[in-house]
Amino acid sequence: MSKQFVRGKMVPVPSHSIIPERDIDKSPILECSHLGIDFGGLRAVNDFNLTIGRTEIAGLIGPNGAGKTTIFNLLTKVYQPTRGTILLDGLDTSGKTTAQINRMGIARTFQNIRLFNNLSVEDNVKIGLHNQEHYSALTGVLRLPWYWSREKAAHDRALELLSIFGMEDLANHQAGSLPYGAQRRLEIVRALATNPSLLLLDEPAAGMNPSETAELMENIVKIRDTFQIAVMLIEHDMKLVMSICEGICVLNFGEVIAKGTPEEIQSNPAVIEAYLGKQKEA
Amino acid sequence: MRSYLKNMKTITKVDYATYLGVILAFIVVTICQSQGLVNRSVSGMLVPICCYVCMSISLNLTVGILGELSLGHAGFMSVGAFSGIIASMSLQSSISSELGRMVIALVVGAVFAAIVGFIVGIPVLRLRGDYLAIVTLAFGEIIKDLINCLLVGWDENGLHIALNVDGTKSMSTLGLSENGIEIIKGAQGATGNDRIATFTMGFVLVMITLIVVLNLVRSRTGRAIMAIRDNRIAAESVGINVTKYKLIAFVTSAALAGSAGALFGLNYSNVTAIQFDFNTSILVLVYVVLGGLGNIWGSIIATVILYVLPEALRQFSDYRMLVYAIVLILVMLATNNPQVRALLGRVIPKRKGAALDE
Repeated sequence: MSKQFVRGKMVPVPSHSIIPERDIDKSPILECSHLGIDFGGLRAVNDFNLTIGRTEIAGLIGPNGAGKTTIFNLLTKVYQPTRGTILLDGLDTSGKTTAQINRMGIARTFQNIRLFNNLSVEDNVKIGLHNQEHYSALTGVLRLPWYWSREKAAHDRALELLSIFGMEDLANHQAGSLPYGAQRRLEIVRALATNPSLLLLDEPAAGMNPSETAELMENIVKIRDTFQIAVMLIEHDMKLVMSICEGICVLNFGEVIAKGTPEEIQSNPAVIEAYLGKQKEA
Repeated sequence: MRSYLKNMKTITKVDYATYLGVILAFIVVTICQSQGLVNRSVSGMLVPICCYVCMSISLNLTVGILGELSLGHAGFMSVGAFSGIIASMSLQSSISSELGRMVIALVVGAVFAAIVGFIVGIPVLRLRGDYLAIVTLAFGEIIKDLINCLLVGWDENGLHIALNVDGTKSMSTLGLSENGIEIIKGAQGATGNDRIATFTMGFVLVMITLIVVLNLVRSRTGRAIMAIRDNRIAAESVGINVTKYKLIAFVTSAALAGSAGALFGLNYSNVTAIQFDFNTSILVLVYVVLGGLGNIWGSIIATVILYVLPEALRQFSDYRMLVYAIVLILVMLATNNPQVRALLGRVIPKRKGAALDE
């Protein structure tokens, strides 16, 4: 690791979370309070409270089955929460559909990659631009001048976004035929194309080698800096989480067991217990 | 900019080749006709071929591009055929131009089929899974039975419509005046129609269908539709309203089938509802599957070959459905066979990105 990621100072906000100091005079992008969901009798997530700052990189960690992806699914309304509220940029998101949530500003990637495999890389990004470069179906069928100008704009924007990861040359390749790491990067580009204010990354470094992971870390910070958006990521690679995340939330059995800066989390006994088990007394 | 042009080229090359192929075929057939090289039985097949080409292109939009199975496409053809016949027959006195009535009939057929498609689609396309196949299968049968008891006539006072559900009504219950025309006579179907469909009109309809489907697929709307096919959850996550785009694809497909049906109806003096039964739906589905799902030019070629073949081998016509089943199974086996695919891969230039497969 050549590059050091500088973290800002964290300050407390009223809902008992912490956000970076630079975001404190702006309203938080996401506020979850008492969020919970039951699957039958199982409390998958319970009393989840979290506040994320405008330009924060937040981490969500925890052992397998802790409910991390379930939280992403709650935020994007793949599941409707049983309890609690989610405020996105101060707006209540209850009753919204996944597509509406995306238009409100949350974009995500998936743990098991979900690309449009039969389409080209460029088309995948253009589908991400669906609500950005707008024209009606009739305009498309009749190929009115507006169609050409919008298509040109979508093409230019798609290549610009692909260049974040240096993927312009792959634009005409079929998405399903890309190597694994490139597919993960393409998913991030597609999510960015929807012009989000909060980007949710579900295990972005899964299956990547150390050098790819290092590159990804730099790119996540770069994305945050260029687009001035908040990023929330689920990741098992502790090196990645501890070096780029400003605030970390640790989940176990659907409950938050710790929240804080990487240093606080690393020395938190509850976290160590959840990961390594309780030390037997001699 | 260069890669933009390159990309546009690869996309549009196939499209333009398809247009060119259809236009060339039309020119060749027209020249042969004018030279008297085409016998009666072949020239009688030209309009139905155009109709079925439109049917398979439009069904490909639902099955290949949208990825939903529809088993009642002939139902939309039926709606288009009978509404088109009603339109053309009732305008017989007011519009003398055959072309004018033809165009109106095609538009009316498309509009009615689109309305019916919307009504069928709106509850079903909100669901996930195979419901569309089940509902369209039932829809095809319902439309057939409904038209079987439909009585329609026309006189100076306008259209007279009655539903002969209990079997007690006949054409006389419509109370037509002396100059009235009986258009649809229940199970007998529409008889004594004007045969105003022409091969040129069929060609124009094929071109319109092609342009609509290909331009739709190459647009933002088409990308959204294909995104839903490839991964519905991911499509929702990038802000695509899944139900809306499913409906756009399904209703467009129904409308195109409706105008193909109108052309078909106006090509025969007798048309009955039985002609548009489940077998017809499956026949069109076979054209689409054999031509390749999502492959428009493939649909056209498969339709022409599979329509002409049984007619050319008329003595085997009884075994047509049997042959279809066997051909379908063989083609599916062949296209899924790795050795055959490798062979095809050598003949057809490699798809982009294949080099990255390891």
